[in-house]
Amino acid sequence: MSFPWKFELERRLEVSRWVSWGVPTLSVLAAFFFGGIILSLAGAPPIETYRAMAAGAFGSISEWADGNFFAVTETLVRATPLIFTGLAVAMAFRMLFWNIGTEGQLVMGAIAGTWVAIYLPDLLPWLPQTRWVYIPVGIIAATIAGAFWAFIPAIMKVKLGVNEIISTLMFNYIAILLYQQLYTGPWKDPEGFGFPGSAQFPEFSWFPKFSEIPVLNVLSGRIHFGFIIAVVIAGVLWVVMDKTRRGYEVRLLGENTNAAQYAGISVIKNVLFVMILSGGVAGIAGLSEVAGLGHRLQAGLDVGNGFTGIIVAWIAKLRPLSVVIVAILMAALFVGGDQLQISLGLPSSISSVLQGAILLSVLSGDVFTRYRLKITRVVVGAGVVGEEA
Amino acid sequence: MTTTQPETRRLVVEMRDITKKFPGVIANEDVTLEVRRGEIHALLGENGAGKSTLMSVLCGLYQPDGGSLHLALHQEELCETVLRSPRHAIQAGIGMVYQHFKLIPTFSVTENILLGAEDTPTVLDLKQSGARIAEIAERFALPVDPEARVWQLSVGEQQRVEILKQLYRGAALLILDEPTAVLTPQESDALGETMHSLAASGVSIVFISHKLDEVLAYADRVTVLRGGKTAATVDVADVTKADLARLMVGRDVLFSADKPDAELGPDALVLHGVTAMGDRSVTAVNNVSLTVRGGEILGIAGVAGNGQKELVEVMTGLRTPTAGSVTVRGADLTGKSAIDFIQGGVAHVPADRLGQGLAGNLPLTDNVILKSFRSEPISHRSFLNKKAIREMSIRLIEAFNVLPGDPDAKASGLSGGNQQKLILAREIDATDRLAVGDEPAVLVAVYPTRGLDVGAIEIVRDALLNQRAIGAAVVMVSEDLDELRTLSDRIAVLHGGEVMGVVDPASTSKDDLGLLMAGERLS
Repeated sequence: MSFPWKFELERRLEVSRWVSWGVPTLSVLAAFFFGGIILSLAGAPPIETYRAMAAGAFGSISEWADGNFFAVTETLVRATPLIFTGLAVAMAFRMLFWNIGTEGQLVMGAIAGTWVAIYLPDLLPWLPQTRWVYIPVGIIAATIAGAFWAFIPAIMKVKLGVNEIISTLMFNYIAILLYQQLYTGPWKDPEGFGFPGSAQFPEFSWFPKFSEIPVLNVLSGRIHFGFIIAVVIAGVLWVVMDKTRRGYEVRLLGENTNAAQYAGISVIKNVLFVMILSGGVAGIAGLSEVAGLGHRLQAGLDVGNGFTGIIVAWIAKLRPLSVVIVAILMAALFVGGDQLQISLGLPSSISSVLQGAILLSVLSGDVFTRYRLKITRVVVGAGVVGEEA
Repeated sequence: MTTTQPETRRLVVEMRDITKKFPGVIANEDVTLEVRRGEIHALLGENGAGKSTLMSVLCGLYQPDGGSLHLALHQEELCETVLRSPRHAIQAGIGMVYQHFKLIPTFSVTENILLGAEDTPTVLDLKQSGARIAEIAERFALPVDPEARVWQLSVGEQQRVEILKQLYRGAALLILDEPTAVLTPQESDALGETMHSLAASGVSIVFISHKLDEVLAYADRVTVLRGGKTAATVDVADVTKADLARLMVGRDVLFSADKPDAELGPDALVLHGVTAMGDRSVTAVNNVSLTVRGGEILGIAGVAGNGQKELVEVMTGLRTPTAGSVTVRGADLTGKSAIDFIQGGVAHVPADRLGQGLAGNLPLTDNVILKSFRSEPISHRSFLNKKAIREMSIRLIEAFNVLPGDPDAKASGLSGGNQQKLILAREIDATDRLAVGDEPAVLVAVYPTRGLDVGAIEIVRDALLNQRAIGAAVVMVSEDLDELRTLSDRIAVLHGGEVMGVVDPASTSKDDLGLLMAGERLS
C-alpha cells in the first residue's frame, strides 16, 4: 500500500516578483494561523490577542488621532539596535565571513562610548562640552572599538586560518564579561548607593530625543537620534554594496572566492575591510543604546541583539534596506508580544511561542521561493517494478 | 570479440516516443531508444540536445509526460514498466554512473559499494562482502582492491568502483554519463576495454557522449539526439565522423582549421628558469624557460597533473615562482600579484569555467566586468557606471552570440558552451584593449574546448586563431593532441613539471608527442 500522491520539490527556473513577496506573506499568515491554534489551546482568544499585539506594537487609530504615537516609537526604539546588528551581520555574511560576534562588538562599542562620555571630559578639559563634539567623538570611539573587536578574529582568520565562527562567538563572552566587570567594579558609580552601573553620562553626550529635534518632534517618547544614524548607515551601505567598486569586490568574493582572486581581488584586504565595517556598525549599536536610552553603562546590554541581528539579516536576504524593514517588523513582534502580558495578562512565554512560530515559518517558507511543490498522482500500473518492496 | 551479431540479440530496453517537458522547454519530444543485450550503445548529442533528460527518465529520476518504457533486463520478454524512483530503476536492473562520482573518499571500496545497497545487512561483515566484490570484479575484469580507500585511487579506478557498485546491485544495463570527461586519453582507452568485456559478458551499456571519436572507437550502435528529438540510430560501422557530426549539428562541420603562416611579433611572455611549488609544497614546475611571441600559438601538451595548472598560475600571477623570472611585454612581473598581470596585459581563459572564470550566481553583467571593473568607463573613481556596464554586456553578448542573451540572467544558467563564449568575449575584449600599439597582448587559454560540443569548439578555435592573426601571443593548454597539432605553431611538452621539448607540430608525430608526454626526451 502506498500513498496515492507524491510530493516533490521542483526548482523554480525563475523567481517571479509575485513569488518573492507572496511566499513570505503567506508564511506569516500560516504562522498566525498555527499560532492561533496554540493560543486557543492556551485559552486565549486568537483574534483578540493578535489585535492586542498589533495595538501594542503600532498603537490604535484612536491613539493616532490624539497624536499619540507612543507604541510606534517604542517599536522603533526596539528596532534601532537590530538595524545596526542586522546590517553588521549582513555585510559580513555577504562575503561568507560568519561574524557571530556582533553581540560582543556591540558591547565593546558601548564600553568605548561610556569611556568617552564619563572619562574624556576630565582627560581633555579643553574639548568643548557640547553635543556637536561629544556625539561625533562617541560615534568614532564606538566604531573603532567594535571594529577592533571584529578585526582580531578577522586577522586570525586570514593569517592563521582560525575559524571565525568559533573566534567571533568566543569574543562575545570576553566582551560581555569585561562589560559586567566594568559596571560592577572599576566604573561603578561612587554615588550609586551600591547599585551596579556606571555614573550617569553628562547630558552633552546624550543622543537627542526626537522631541528635541526640529521637525522630528512630532514623535515624543524615548525614540532618539540612534534610529536616524541606523537608517542613514543602511542607506550608505546600500550605496557601497550596490554602486561601488568595493561593493562589487565584496559581492564577487562572497559568490566565488576563486573567481575573485582570478580577477585580481585581494581576499585579505576585503575580509579586513568588511569586518572593520561590520564590527564598527555593531559598535555604534552599543553606543546608541547607552547614549540614547539608559545614559549609563548598566545591566541589559547583552540581551541578544547581536544574535537577533543574524535572524534579521537572514530574513532580509542580506540586503541593507530590507534589514531596516525586517528589524522594525521584528521589533514590532517583540513590543507587541510584551504588551500581551500587560493588556491580556497572558504569560510572556505565549508571545515567545508566537515569535518562534513566525520566524520559523518565514525562514522555512523561503524554500518555496526557490522551489515549487509538485503534487503528482502515483499511477500504480501492472508493470510497476519493486511494488513488493 | 562478439559472439553473436548485435542485430540478432534481443532488445532489453525500449523507450517509445518519450516526451518530457519542463516549463518553457521541451527537453525530449517523441524520442525512441532501443538497446540490445550486450551492446554498447552511444547516446550522442550537443549540450542541451536532451541526452541527460532521456537518461534521467531511464533511471527513474523523471517521469515522462508521454511515451512508454519497456524493459527486459531480468526477464526474457519486454514488459511495459513505470519507474517511479531511482530505487525502482535499480531494482529493474538499471545502474547509472554519473560524471561526478558519488563516492566517499575516506571509505574503503567495499564500504562505498555496500553503502545504500538494498541487501546490506545491519551488521557488516566487510571480509565476506569484500570477497564477494572481489569475485564480481574478477568476473567482469574490473581490477580493484576492495580494501583500498577511495582517496588513494586514481580517477579511472574510482570510475571502476562506480561501475562495480552498479554491478553489485545487479545492474544489467549500465548508463555512463560522459565517462571520459574526467579521464586521461590512456584511461579512456582502458575504459573502452572495460566496456567491451562487460558487453561480452552480457551487460548492456548506454554511454552518453558528445565526442565523435570515442563514439566511433567504443560503441556498437549510436543514437543521435538533436534539439530534443531522435536524429537517427545507426550502426557505428556504417558511418564516418563527418556523418555523425552532420547528424548531431544538422550541418557540415569542418575538422581542420585553416591557418595562415604565423607573422611573428616581439616577445610577449618570457619565462626564464621558473620553478614553482604546487599546493602540497612539492615542486610542480621545474626550471621552465619559455618564450611566447606575438602572432603565435604556443601549445602546452602533457598528461593532466604534470604542472600545467601551476605553470598557468605562474603565467597569470596567481602563483609566485620560487625561482626564475616572468617578463610580460618587456616588464619584469616576477613576484607581482594577479592584478599586475591583468593590467600588464595577460588575459586568461581558465580551465574551470564556473569554479574560477565566472561567479555563477551573479548576472552576466557582473561577470562581464570581472576584469575591467577598475577602469573607465566601467567605473569612475570608486563608483560603478551601470549604464556603461550594461552597454559593454550587450556588446560582448552580441559579439559572441551568447545565448540566452539576457544580461540580467545568472551565469550558471548558461550552457557550458555559452559560459565559455562569455569568458572568451570578456578576455578577448581585454586583449583587444591592451593590444593598442606594438606590444602584443597575451592570452592564456586552458583546456578551452573541454566539455564543449562541436559547434562551440569551432567558435572557440576561431577566436583563438583570430587572436593570433591580430598579433596576440596565445598560450593554449590542452590534452587533445589533435587540437594542439591543428592550432599550435609550436608545442611545449610538460612532464613532471619540466619542459621535455618544444617541437614543431608539423614535423612531430603523435607518437613522438606521446613519448615526450611520458617523460622520454627525443634524441
